[in-house]
Amino acid sequence: MFQKKECIAMLLAGGQGSRLYTLTEKTAKPAVPFGGKYRIIDFPMSNCVNSGIDTVGVLTQYQPLVLNEYIGNGEPWDLDRTRGGVTVLSPYEAKGGKDWYRGTANAIYQNLTFIERYNPEYTLILSGDHIYKMDYSKMLAEHKRNGADCTIAVLEVPMEEASRFGILNTDENNKIIEFEEKPKFPKSNKASMGIYIFTTEVLKKYLIEDEANPESSNDFGKNIIPNMLADGCPMYSYTFEGYWKDVGTLTSLWEANMDLLGNPPAFDLYDRNFRIFYRHNAFPPHRIGKDSTIKNAMITEGCVIEGAVENSVLANGVIVEKGAVVKDCVIMSGVRICAGAKLEYAIVDSDTVIGENSVIGESKESQKLLLVGSKLEFPANSKIDGGLMIDAANIKDYIA
Amino acid sequence: MSVTGIIFSNLHDNDISELTRVRTLASVPFGCRYRLIDFPLSNMVNSNISNINVITQYNYHSLMDHIGTGKDWDLARRSGGVKILPPYINSNAGILNTACNTRLDALKSVGYSIAQLTSDYVVMSDCDVICNIDFNDMINDHIASGADVTVAVKRMELDRVTARANTIIFSSREGRITDMLPNPTNFDGFADVSLNMLVLNRKYLQEIVLDATAHGYTSITRDIFLKSLYTRNLRIYRYEGFFACISSFEDYFKHNLQLIENKEMFDSLFGVEERPIFTKVRNSAPTYYSEYSKVENSLIADGCVIEGTVENSILFRGVRVGKGAVVKNSILFQDTIISDSSSVAYTVCDKNVVIRNNVNISGHTTLPLYIDRGRMV
Repeated sequence: MFQKKECIAMLLAGGQGSRLYTLTEKTAKPAVPFGGKYRIIDFPMSNCVNSGIDTVGVLTQYQPLVLNEYIGNGEPWDLDRTRGGVTVLSPYEAKGGKDWYRGTANAIYQNLTFIERYNPEYTLILSGDHIYKMDYSKMLAEHKRNGADCTIAVLEVPMEEASRFGILNTDENNKIIEFEEKPKFPKSNKASMGIYIFTTEVLKKYLIEDEANPESSNDFGKNIIPNMLADGCPMYSYTFEGYWKDVGTLTSLWEANMDLLGNPPAFDLYDRNFRIFYRHNAFPPHRIGKDSTIKNAMITEGCVIEGAVENSVLANGVIVEKGAVVKDCVIMSGVRICAGAKLEYAIVDSDTVIGENSVIGESKESQKLLLVGSKLEFPANSKIDGGLMIDAANIKDYIA
Repeated sequence: MSVTGIIFSNLHDNDISELTRVRTLASVPFGCRYRLIDFPLSNMVNSNISNINVITQYNYHSLMDHIGTGKDWDLARRSGGVKILPPYINSNAGILNTACNTRLDALKSVGYSIAQLTSDYVVMSDCDVICNIDFNDMINDHIASGADVTVAVKRMELDRVTARANTIIFSSREGRITDMLPNPTNFDGFADVSLNMLVLNRKYLQEIVLDATAHGYTSITRDIFLKSLYTRNLRIYRYEGFFACISSFEDYFKHNLQLIENKEMFDSLFGVEERPIFTKVRNSAPTYYSEYSKVENSLIADGCVIEGTVENSILFRGVRVGKGAVVKNSILFQDTIISDSSSVAYTVCDKNVVIRNNVNISGHTTLPLYIDRGRMV
C-alpha cells in the first residue's frame, strides 16, 4: 500500500569500500561492524527514524547478502511498516536491457519508479558510509524556508584539510555559488557531507537529463550538482554541527571507534533521546572475572574478560583469557584471545582465534595499524608485526 | 503435532513481595538483563511452541510493557504468537471477584480461552522456573509413554523450610506417578521435586477445567491429579540440567549472585547452543569502563557507564557508577545511578534508584537491603 509521503530517503549502500580491504571482502561497506554492536548503516537508518522519515529505499549492489539480511524487514529500526518502511533496491534487468548502478545519480534514476510510488515533495539522498547523528527534519525545514531546489549538508572543517573534500562556496545567506571537488586552494571550509535534500520534481528533471547525456559519469557531485548550479537553481548549504566521520579507511574506522571512548566521549551513544538502533543478537550479559583490568574501554554483551583491556572497543562475545592483554584495538564479534596473548593497535575481524602467548601487532606509537581478517586461527606463540593485513589467503606466510 | 504453551505470571507473587509490589513475579528482573518470564517464554520458543498464553491477574502493566507485541521472542505472529490473558468482567457475572491463588483458579478464570484450544498438547509452566529446558524432549517422552500428564521433576535435597514451598513426587520405577505431596510440612532429605512444568493432553486439560468449575475445585494437584492416580496415566520426566525457583527475597539475592560465582550454572542457562534466552531489546550502547574503573567478578549488561569500583555484583542495563563509588555484592536494576564517592553493599536497588554523592549503604549477606523503585537516597 502506498501512501503519499512528504519526504522519503534514498540510501546509497552499494559501495565496496575497497580501502577497508579484507573487512569488505564479503560484505558491503555499510554492513561493516562498528562500535561493538552496530553496523555503519545503523547510523543513517537510525537518523532517518529519529527524524520522522519512515520510508527508506536502500540501494545495494556490491556483496549484498550480509547487508540484505541485516536490513531484513526493517524491524530493528521500526521500518517494518504497512505504509512505507524499508525497501531494498537492487539493480535489475529491464526490458531494454540490464544494467548495474553506474553512478550515484544513475542508481537513483533507475529507481525513480520507487520514488514516484510515494509521490514525495522532497527526496533525501544519503550514503551508507558515515558515522554521525543528525536530525534531517531540521535540514528539511531549512530547505523549505529557503524555497530551495537542493540543500546540501556541510561540515565546517579546518581550512588546512579543506582540500580533501568537496567544498561549497556560499554567499552570506548560505546560497551556494560554487562547488569545487577537492580544490587545491579552497575558498571556504564548508565540506559537503554527501547528504542532499532535493525537491523531487527538480531532481527528476535533472536525473532524466543527465541520463540522456552519454558523456556524463552519472554522479551527483560531478554532474547533477554542477548542472543545477549552472542553470541557476536555488541551492543552499545547511551547516551541521556535531560529530561526523567518514569511515572509508582502516585508520579512520579505528579512530571513529576510539571516539566512542572517554567520558564524555567525542561521539556519544548513550543519549536515550536519540538512540541508534541495531539488529539484536541474543547474547547474555558480559562477565568480568577476577584479576581483570579494564581501562577506558567499551565492552559488549556476551564478552568474557579475564585479562587486561585498555583503550579498546570489544564487540559481542569476545573472550579475553587470563593474562591476555588487549590494547588500542577494535575487536569484532566472537574473537577469542587466548591466555597470555598480547594484542596491540589492531582491528580484528570476527571469529578469529589468537593462540596462547602470541604477540600480535606493535604499539600504537609505531603507527602501524594491523588488520586481521575473520575466521583465522593463529597458533600459540605466533608473532605478527604491525602494519600488516592478514587474511585467509596470506596467513600461511606469517605463521609457522 | 501441535502444542500450546500456558504460563502463569502471578502465582507466587507473595514469595518476594518487595519486588512484586509494582510488578508480576513474571516481570521480576533477573540476571542482568532478563525478566523471569524470559525463561519459560524462551524455552517454549526454542522448542517450536509459537502459540503461548500468559495468564495474569493483577499488576500486569510491567509484564505487558515487557512482552509488547512479542517480537523479541519472535512471537509477533499472525497465527498464534503470545497472548496475555488478563481477568475480565463477565457480562452476566460481573467482575471476577476472587484473586486466583492456584494454577487451577487461574485456568478457570480463562476457561473460555482454554475451551477454544485446538492443539494436541499443552505445556504449562510457572514463571519462576530458571532453567534452559528442551520441551520437545519432554513432549516426545509424553507422547511415547501415552501419558495424560507428564510432570518435570528433579532430584533435590530439601530441608523442612524448602520442602514446604515444593511438591514432592513419588513414582514407580517405570516413571508412573504413585503419589504427590504438595507443600509437605515435615520432610527433609532427597526427593523428586516437581519443577512446575507440565505437559498435558489438551482434551484432558479441558475436562479438568470444566470439572473444576463444576465442582469448585481449587488445586490441580490435590483435587484432580491425586484423585486420578489410578484412572489416568500420570508420569514423570526427569530434567537433569540446572534449575532454580525463587521462593524468597534471600533466595532471589542468592541465585542472582550465584550466576557470577557458578560459571557452570551461567553456561547451562545462557551458553546452550541454539537455545538462547531472549529478552526485550532496549537498544543500549555497549558498556563503557573509564580509566578509573576497577571491576572484578561481576556480570554487567549493556548501556552502563562505570567509573568506580564494582565487585561481585550484577548490573542491569543503563546503570551508572560514578568516580570513587564502590559497589560490592549488590544487584542494581535498570538505570540505577550510584553517584561519586558513594558505596553500596549487599543491596538490591530497584529501577531508577539514585544514590547521591558520599552516601554509604549496606545490608548484610543474610539480610540484603532493598531500595524501592525510583527512590533517591
